[in-house]
Amino acid sequence: MYKYDEYDASIVAARVEEFRDQVQRRLAGHLTEDQFKPLRLMNGLYLQLHAYMLRVAVPYGTLDSQQMHMLAHIARKYDRGYGHFTTRQNLQYNWIKLEDAPDILAELATVEMHAIQTSGNCIRNISSDQFAGAAADEITDPRPWAELLRQWSTFHPEFSYLPRKFKIAVIASDTDRAAMRLHDIGIQIVRNDAGDLGARIYAGGGMGRTPMIGSLIKEFVPFADFVSYLEACLRVYNRHGRRDNIYKARIKILIHALGADEYARQVEEEFQAVKALGIDPPQAEFDRIAAYFAPPGFEVDAPDTVDRTDPDFAVWLDQNVHAHKAPGYAVVTISLKPIGGIPGDASADQIDVMADLAERCSFDELRVTHAQNIVLPHVRKADLYAVWTALREAGLAEANLDLISDIIACPGLDYCSLANARSIPLAQKISERFADPVRQRDLGELKLKISGCINACGHHHAGHIGILGVDRKGTENYQLLLGGSGAEDVSLADITGPGFSEDGVVDAIERATDVYVRERTPGERFVDTYRRIGMAPFKEAIYG
Amino acid sequence: MVEFLRYRDDEAHDEPAVTLDSFFGQSNATAVRIESGEDARALLPHLSRIALIEVSFPSFRDGRGYSTARILREAGYEGELRAQGDVLVDQIPLMRRCGFDSFAPDAPIDEETLTAALDRYNFRYQAAADSIVPVWKLRHG
Repeated sequence: MYKYDEYDASIVAARVEEFRDQVQRRLAGHLTEDQFKPLRLMNGLYLQLHAYMLRVAVPYGTLDSQQMHMLAHIARKYDRGYGHFTTRQNLQYNWIKLEDAPDILAELATVEMHAIQTSGNCIRNISSDQFAGAAADEITDPRPWAELLRQWSTFHPEFSYLPRKFKIAVIASDTDRAAMRLHDIGIQIVRNDAGDLGARIYAGGGMGRTPMIGSLIKEFVPFADFVSYLEACLRVYNRHGRRDNIYKARIKILIHALGADEYARQVEEEFQAVKALGIDPPQAEFDRIAAYFAPPGFEVDAPDTVDRTDPDFAVWLDQNVHAHKAPGYAVVTISLKPIGGIPGDASADQIDVMADLAERCSFDELRVTHAQNIVLPHVRKADLYAVWTALREAGLAEANLDLISDIIACPGLDYCSLANARSIPLAQKISERFADPVRQRDLGELKLKISGCINACGHHHAGHIGILGVDRKGTENYQLLLGGSGAEDVSLADITGPGFSEDGVVDAIERATDVYVRERTPGERFVDTYRRIGMAPFKEAIYG
Repeated sequence: MVEFLRYRDDEAHDEPAVTLDSFFGQSNATAVRIESGEDARALLPHLSRIALIEVSFPSFRDGRGYSTARILREAGYEGELRAQGDVLVDQIPLMRRCGFDSFAPDAPIDEETLTAALDRYNFRYQAAADSIVPVWKLRHG
């Protein structure tokens, strides 16, 4: 994975001092809260209901064991002994003191980490495929492209006060594990007819209160034009994106208003101007970065068989382990969704366990997934049983990946000052209702996603089953949605009808899964059945 | 505390800036003010006769002026480029990178804080409208 050189280290160190100075000026009263807000947000520091929340960047979701141990250390020293992995592949601490934030950043910098642009109206931390470099189906590792964008977007002088936040995802396979088309800009690395790698660009996707699927705006951008093209995309948005209404300020609204073709035309025109400036890094810089992502030294004769004698292990193997590109290796996903638990939360001790396992059994690498789980990307098949045993001892061996209890949930009203309803207790109730592992596996792949408000941090629009918490006359109310997907079969979920109480929505979900079990044809997932038979039978069962 | 900053060696321009509309109606105007949201490209055919362009920042959150500045510099404009309005000390280093070389902030700026902010970073990742050599170029010569 990428390692800092003297330049990266100098920039991150300067950032720590800059933020320390800004916090001191705020505490001394030289900055108003209004003036301080965009500065602290650009460093991932939010004022929540009870305390400050600090969001630490995990660029494209990749980190090593030393960084993971640091996250555990900070959880112990500055928070309450746990951290929360987010849908942006980052980690949040919910109980931070403002005066501690500079020291936390200084500690993070010692392991090449930071909180730069994890919030604010700027280009956010770049997200990517959590199986990058390991997936059997990728055409290349997308992370060199993502790292290049990390550097390009860090403290970009022109794009630090955009109309609204800006999220970019980069993938390199036809299977989309990163909800690429639900980003402001989604990038798929592809090969053209000449065999060269380049970027296929989608723009204008997003969730929030106006969910939209990104449109294809450029079939192929070669590496030589990559930064110029994105600079042009951002400049058109910075100049013309709406600034009169915060709810209409994302790029999706601009592209919807202009039409994707017209936006693409304006970008092309801007690109012609920008390309002449010589702002594209040379191929040698790409090669320098890519060298850090070279495949680790896989054993050529690693045994390719796994002993499935232990039935509990076999279940986990089937559910949480994916094919690896190297023979004798596998990709392990550690579920942070124990039945009755808080989705995405991990204790400091659990974070340390995962770090140790990565160091011993995964070439020192971990990934954070947008579904709030952790991946050990390169595990020898021969080590899988030992890894599973260690995970089980740490309460991390839930065999529920992509099943109904593998719930994405935002922090909701328990923490967030924007939320209208709690997400966590509902997630806990749903996972308890569907706790039976045999029943979960019978229901098959079922992506359930909960947002505690219309901002959609819990990706409810992209859920096979989505839940949106709203405030109805002072009480929490939950709307149910069906048929969304954030994967390569991307779609936006449809709302079923009137909302429910917390218990009511759990019952409604169960009635929906009953319809699926009754109507499904062999091999059909919940979302396939929904797409085939439509809303009516579900609605009838839910409200009938 | 300072109320006006100028990073140029030439003499300050004393003609008041006119609006974009008036500029096109006055063939002898040499100073023009661009409101946030106005298209800087309209000025490109006239850059050679302009000595001062003032770009308004009605709110520090409104970042359109950063693109305005870069477009003007990229087109070869070498006159004074002034950021006027709700300009905060922490924004000036970014604005300098986009090509602004004078500042008329609504509220006075603390010079010591500004000097520290301008000197803070030894390296920058990306090329912009200033003469700073981006990190990728330093890496590869």
